[in-house]
Amino acid sequence: MSNAVTNAPAAPSPVEKIRVKVDGREIEVPKTMPDWQGKPQPTTMLQACKLAGVEVPHYCYHPKLPVAGNCRMCLVEFSTPMMDPATRKPVVNEDGSPKMARSVLPYEPQTPRGAIACATPISPGMEIHASSPATKQMREAVLESLLINHPLDCPICDQAGECKLQEYSVQHGQAASRFVEAKVHKPKAVDLGPRIMLDDERCVLCTRCIRFTRDIAGDDALGIVNRGSYNTIASAPGRSFDNNYTLNTVDLCPVGALTSKDFRFKMRVWFLKETPSVCTSCSTGCNITVGSREGVVHRYEPRENDAVNGPWMCDSGRLNYRWIQRPDRLDTVKLRGAPSDWAAATSAVVSLLRGAPKGSVAFVASARQTTEELWLVSRIARQLGALTDSVPREGEADRLLVSADKNPNSQGSRLTGVSFTEMGVTIPEIARGIEAGRIRTLVVLGEDVTKGGIDAALLARLENLVVADILPSPTSEAAHVLLPGCAHAEKRGTFVNGKGRVQRFQKAIEPRGEARAEWEWLQEVAVALGAVEPSRSIEGLFNRMAADVPALAGLEWARLGDQGVSVPV
Amino acid sequence: MSFKVPPQLEAQLDELATHYPQKRSASLMFLHALQEHFGHVSREAVEWTAGKLGLQPINVHELVTFYPMFRREPLGRTHVKVCRTLSCALAGSASLRRHFIEKLGLNPSLHGPQTTPDGAFTVEFVECLASCGTAPVVMVNDDLVEKCTTSDCDRVVASGRGKGGTR
Repeated sequence: MSNAVTNAPAAPSPVEKIRVKVDGREIEVPKTMPDWQGKPQPTTMLQACKLAGVEVPHYCYHPKLPVAGNCRMCLVEFSTPMMDPATRKPVVNEDGSPKMARSVLPYEPQTPRGAIACATPISPGMEIHASSPATKQMREAVLESLLINHPLDCPICDQAGECKLQEYSVQHGQAASRFVEAKVHKPKAVDLGPRIMLDDERCVLCTRCIRFTRDIAGDDALGIVNRGSYNTIASAPGRSFDNNYTLNTVDLCPVGALTSKDFRFKMRVWFLKETPSVCTSCSTGCNITVGSREGVVHRYEPRENDAVNGPWMCDSGRLNYRWIQRPDRLDTVKLRGAPSDWAAATSAVVSLLRGAPKGSVAFVASARQTTEELWLVSRIARQLGALTDSVPREGEADRLLVSADKNPNSQGSRLTGVSFTEMGVTIPEIARGIEAGRIRTLVVLGEDVTKGGIDAALLARLENLVVADILPSPTSEAAHVLLPGCAHAEKRGTFVNGKGRVQRFQKAIEPRGEARAEWEWLQEVAVALGAVEPSRSIEGLFNRMAADVPALAGLEWARLGDQGVSVPV
Repeated sequence: MSFKVPPQLEAQLDELATHYPQKRSASLMFLHALQEHFGHVSREAVEWTAGKLGLQPINVHELVTFYPMFRREPLGRTHVKVCRTLSCALAGSASLRRHFIEKLGLNPSLHGPQTTPDGAFTVEFVECLASCGTAPVVMVNDDLVEKCTTSDCDRVVASGRGKGGTR
């Protein structure tokens, strides 16, 4: 039926299409698709099935890792159009449709021969029987073999709930084991590295972790030792698996073999609320999923975004969440050291800014604040003729994801005009202004300026010091008006990463005590000063900002989606 | 224990590595040569090989653990290899091994080679020694003991105990 189509001249599109059938449904798929490095390679049966909306179960295959083809879980039965060996013409049925040849064992034609869908390219007219009885039987057999030495300890396994072995067992497994022999026992609770614990008995030897650390992280640290049913994942004796990307192997592990020391035995994954967010540890802005329960953040996991981090993130960023739960979080509004409330504090800020002579106010707003907050700061400062800047935060970069700029929103600070391209150049000027008595009011958001160029003695010279922060610092202790702020996981907003990706993040948990998202009071102040029109929500505020900031022109909150939008920086 | 490859052996191995289009392919030859020289493949030998061939230690460690004839511990002075392939198994090699093991105070339920704490004996099961006609056979160092009996075993143990020094 599709003969004519397969012989049709190549479409004008750059990638040639071929027609295949998946479970009897004909679809057109590109002849080549990007491999793990993004290079075009012949489309595989697994990719074709995915395009057809049919999931082929697999363990070792991962779209961002080289294909290994060792787990055999993706075995599928397939047929190809029969070819007359003499004439090299397709053999057709009476009705003109091509006669199909099922894949069978050459020496045993009654037995179907499966092919691994992850590594077998499609050919024109091929039919993939992704749900045929033979395919199902092959899957059941592979799964049974993988479970032979598995300890079946799901009730105490951290992977339970997000385990491919569990999921496929439900779909393709058998209720009872036929295995009567003694199971092979392998090492348990192997301390593979500072952040990784390995249970070799749960391992299905898919080698995803080996390929990740060798080909992505560039640290060829893991391998399979021993042989046969004693095969185990290990690092070389005396070598710790300790690169800055090890925890990605925990995400990659389709079973519960590799577990995070930070997360294991802490929380059942099905209790976690998952919130799309952005990592704040550097200006790369890796997309993350925050796993929280009842107001407590339990883990960060990378969220796939090929424009930013792919499916990975670094360990240091991933584990940098405990500060959100620190017991010394600022949670009380204070006016001149005494507990107060938001109405009083906000009107105090409004009146001291309103009465301030031009040039007597300065702002230091952290490049860890959201773009919306930085824009509000910039608008207020413009109204008052105030100096603004952010504090640069430099560190080490690596070749994969970690950026040298440790601020998540440096570009946001630059685009909104809070800081210049060279961040921090205005801070000495602010310090001199305070020294000379010209600057008498300083508003600090999310920074300890005593470490950023304005020391405690200078702060003591100020008439008014307004500080909004999350954690206590010498700056927050010196504050005349102290406004408890929110961690990114406690509010909504956007960050602009180092390459100009505008990315929004959502609220995962409620803020502590009286803490409030900084944009809320900043907007109240800005509206009272006549610097902006009020917006009711972060959506409205973002859209208003986008209309004002040239680099963000045309953007809308709703259009950002969960993957963000790139702007020129 | 210091690990030092003699310059002559090192030169030989460096030359050997040039025979292969990929240096990695020389791994097995390196390990054989090092085991030949040192009696076993130590962690230092693995790391030395990896360094020589531009590999990571895990790449070589995988090989050493895969092949049972690479030894990661020094052998005893008397190395007893009991054949367990079919003819010898039928002729009672299991009880021969147990006899050795028990006489030397080793653990009969453990797999793999076992060495006595004094370093005098290593006992292990091996596959066919190519003397099925005279089963059961045992190899003691380089000597074949045919139609081995428990009294032959006792003699091997007695003469092994007599030997001192290092092999």
